[in-house]
Amino acid sequence: MPSNRQIRFFLKPLVFLACTAPLAWIGLRVIGFGPSLGPNPVEVLQDEFGIWTLRLLLATLAMTPMRYALGKAWPIRFRRMLGLFAFSYATLHFANYLVLDQQFDWALILEDILDRPFITVGFVGLMLLVPLAITSTRGWQSRLGKRWIRLHKLVYPATILVCWHFWWQVKKDATEPLIYVGLLILLLGARLWHNRRGARVKTTGPTTS
Amino acid sequence: MIIRKPADINPSEITPESVFHGRREFLRRAGLAGTGLLAGSGCAAEEDPAEDPGTLSKLEVASGSPYSTDAEPNSLEDIMSYNNFYEFGLDKSDPARLSGDFRPRPWSVTVDGEAELTGTFDLDDFIRPHPIEERVYRLRCVEAWSMVVPWNGIALGDLIKRFKPTSRAKYVAFETVVRPEEMPGQRRGVLDFPYVEGLTMAEAMNPLSILALGVYGVSLPNQNGAPIRLVVPWKYGFKSIKSIVRISFTEKEPPTTWNLAAPREYGFYANVNPEVNHPRWSQAKERTIGTGFFGEKKPTLMFNGYGEQVASLYEGMDLRKFY
Repeated sequence: MPSNRQIRFFLKPLVFLACTAPLAWIGLRVIGFGPSLGPNPVEVLQDEFGIWTLRLLLATLAMTPMRYALGKAWPIRFRRMLGLFAFSYATLHFANYLVLDQQFDWALILEDILDRPFITVGFVGLMLLVPLAITSTRGWQSRLGKRWIRLHKLVYPATILVCWHFWWQVKKDATEPLIYVGLLILLLGARLWHNRRGARVKTTGPTTS
Repeated sequence: MIIRKPADINPSEITPESVFHGRREFLRRAGLAGTGLLAGSGCAAEEDPAEDPGTLSKLEVASGSPYSTDAEPNSLEDIMSYNNFYEFGLDKSDPARLSGDFRPRPWSVTVDGEAELTGTFDLDDFIRPHPIEERVYRLRCVEAWSMVVPWNGIALGDLIKRFKPTSRAKYVAFETVVRPEEMPGQRRGVLDFPYVEGLTMAEAMNPLSILALGVYGVSLPNQNGAPIRLVVPWKYGFKSIKSIVRISFTEKEPPTTWNLAAPREYGFYANVNPEVNHPRWSQAKERTIGTGFFGEKKPTLMFNGYGEQVASLYEGMDLRKFY
């Protein structure tokens, strides 16, 4: 198990760098290093920011099962950073849509959000993440107490909606979104399994906290 | 006009875009546009690796066309690197990357169904009587992006007349080649291959409809539908079926691939129509490929701006119903 110092001065900076790497790579490609973004760069940005949102949400949701598996609490210390990075990529995804894709055509944007289910679903997912990002600080955590935990359960519907958003925008072959859905089911399933087992242990024997 | 046998030629012999544009500009100024510009007339060219057309051969293009748009064509690089051709893969960059094993020659096309003259023809014989024209067309994809492509092709209507369709021929059906060993997307089986498409006889006979054999004065790159593809510029791109091996004259409306895959989303007609949205996205505007990060989206035009030539085909039809 990593020590406090190792987590703070080594592992956290490492995870931070890993989370910024996709953005840095896209940035390099934008200014002409690395492979070209191709004839439709706005679409590439949209797809990259979107897929990294989902990957980081799943990484965030992987911390609790990792704690179960290891029997140690330290993975939880990465959860906020991962979650905030997921939210950052989601914000970039939405900003790219508003600015470069729809070019502030508010009528079309409104029509998209209201009439096109896959966009509605993605938008609602993003909106669910906003209060989580705002209340991610220690201050909010202690102010909200138990309600903080309840509030942050919104990450489950948000991630389900983000998967759905991905699945619904595919024209044909849904293999890739289904892989992410599968991962999400595994991560949520691990919680259910753990909680059930926990409940059984509680009813059948003495608890060890 | 005859397409040269596929002797591989040096990329430097191919008319580069700069010369192409210069020539168009010259002809436009001279008021000669559309009166017989000779593409591929052997201009000395600097080599441009971005345009490396590999083994593409030069085409003898007889003339321009009054149907060409004045819009600036996309670069050959854009046209060759941003393709929807599921036979090679789902990503837009897949066809360019994964079509290297495809052999567009030798090639034959089968004509069957309700026509007096049917049979299987070598491609060269199939197209020999028809002059190859340059047609600079707007291309609007159902995914709300667009390009301008300087196709080289033959009038579909003229070709059809040669085969003397009978009075029972109400539709023309087209079929793409099936070669899973050369087309990795066909091995994945995302769509029901062969890809099939169709037009009404009137649509096929419209002078805008062409069978394209080249682009920018060279034979079609594999990723663009080599060696022969349909181009119907007032319809969404998926109607313009690629790598055609069969043309059938039918009495009944033929099945079409995307309509079979998702009937609510893709109709038989698939005319470009800004007022009928795709169920999952708007068709009101389009992004022009090749305009970078800040290219302004343009409003999409009814029939992709070809209403003058084709609107009469659909008189009295409810285009919301027949989408």
